[in-house]
Amino acid sequence: MRYLPKSPAEREQMLQAVGARSVDELFRSIPETFRLRAPLPLPGPLSEAEIIQYFQARAAENSRGFVSFLGAGVYSHLRSVVTDSLVQRGEFLTSYTPYQAEISQGTLTAIFEFQTLMCQLTAQEVANASMYDGSTALTEAALMANRITGKSRVLVARSVHPEYREVLRTYAKHTGIEVEEIAYQPSGELDRAALNQTRLSGAAALIVQSPNFFGVLEDVPALAEAAHASGALLVAGIAEPVSLGIVRPPAEADIVAIEGQAFGVPPSYGGPYVGVIATREKFVRQMPGRLAGQSADDQGRRGFVLTLATREQHIRREKATSNICTNEALYALVTTIHLCLLGKEGLREMALQNLSKARFALAELEKIPGVRRAFSGRFFNEFALEFPRSVKLINAALLREKIAGPFVLGRHYPELTKRGLVCVTETMPRAEIERFANALRRILETPL
Amino acid sequence: MYPSEYRYTKDHEWIKVEGSTGTIGITDYAQHELGDVVFVELPKVGAALKAGESFGTVESVKAVSEIFAPVSGEVAEINSALADSPEKINQDPHGAAWLLKLRLANPADAAALMDAAAYQAYISEQSKEQSA
Repeated sequence: MRYLPKSPAEREQMLQAVGARSVDELFRSIPETFRLRAPLPLPGPLSEAEIIQYFQARAAENSRGFVSFLGAGVYSHLRSVVTDSLVQRGEFLTSYTPYQAEISQGTLTAIFEFQTLMCQLTAQEVANASMYDGSTALTEAALMANRITGKSRVLVARSVHPEYREVLRTYAKHTGIEVEEIAYQPSGELDRAALNQTRLSGAAALIVQSPNFFGVLEDVPALAEAAHASGALLVAGIAEPVSLGIVRPPAEADIVAIEGQAFGVPPSYGGPYVGVIATREKFVRQMPGRLAGQSADDQGRRGFVLTLATREQHIRREKATSNICTNEALYALVTTIHLCLLGKEGLREMALQNLSKARFALAELEKIPGVRRAFSGRFFNEFALEFPRSVKLINAALLREKIAGPFVLGRHYPELTKRGLVCVTETMPRAEIERFANALRRILETPL
Repeated sequence: MYPSEYRYTKDHEWIKVEGSTGTIGITDYAQHELGDVVFVELPKVGAALKAGESFGTVESVKAVSEIFAPVSGEVAEINSALADSPEKINQDPHGAAWLLKLRLANPADAAALMDAAAYQAYISEQSKEQSA
């Protein structure tokens, strides 16, 4: 498909077809005040050489030589050049979902393998072809729970990523869904007592994240049991899926919503990323998104199709499960290649390295006077610390030493002033962890 | 083929009225047009249906169709056997594959619908139009 600007003659033809004399007349229904009167203030066209110079100059603005202890939903992990060279092959290089699906057997095969990997990792029965990101996956999981149970109230843990909760509230606002937040306890886990006090019965779902935004693991089996006892579904969000290399998969959850960025997608300005929903087979018709299935052609040869498309908007219009008609095709492929390169043992090894490096970092940081853990719960590669002064002040001093982080928790949790989130993945050398600890000690020894 | 005690709609649903209860299904013509049925979506017991409004869907290998309420009423029972064996709709659309039972708002409403003879005339007209 080519995108060509239209000629004045074509404009004239189109205006005639709709019975308008001029473009102005066509847009008459738009109030005068909202109409653009001056041309858009865009810069003029650039030559090829100028464009290259422009982007080289922008690239030079990138900061270099920093080490980052930031996580908070985006994780820096080792990735192989093999992934990049494979996804850049012409047969694969598209960010688009297959629309003339069955002609794209290679793409469908890759999606089918992606879905299979997601099911294996989450101990669920079906997974979709991917969603935009973790936040929309989690939100769509809430809408799905609403359709399955016929109930319109969802309970969401405050320890779920704050931006995911914002996306949830945005969707909920216009879909008649009531969102109620559940407090966390000193361990950083969801507060079971607060959960019991809320009306768990009559709720469509309890939505948690594990590891949660504070890096703390939730007790998914126990929460699932509590939800199920009241007829609610348990939605488990996973923002750091590398944890699945060593953490027990959320088998008891009814819907699992994942942010797949940690599987081979670089942090790159916060997106685009790749979400996915995995669930039980009995809920598949309420699942949003595309779904690749395995079939056989008329000669009995194995082939792949997009299946259960009647859930989707291009067929069901307003009765579709979701308005998503696409998937993150390229990043789903990146994830698939990355996981296949790692293998089962590789993922486990990577996860173990995260755990031990994070534990080492915590031990080093806790030695600093005035620095202590903010939450006591079990963690994977991220933990919250309490500092004797504002995290913003500490960060300003750390940045001068080319260290980024910790993440300022007060930004989303007013009650968590002087608390910061530290993430340590397998990419972090021991020497850098020690440099961070030494810098922090020095900064805190310096009077304000 | 089309039971004489049933009443029929232009959307190819049938209703059998017994006292204040109406049993609803889709016709043999409808199942034939749809082809192999793979999924049926029905409302919950207690739901209020309004005549002419869509209350569920029947999905076949080639199409998905809305099902419309022939008359108004409240859902008293749904045929839960269809969840596991939707193919019953192809095998026995006028019998075992009934979709739901309604507590009728007004049992006399169904009288306004087509009887078997009128429905058969209607579908033969439809078939002619399609082949024309």
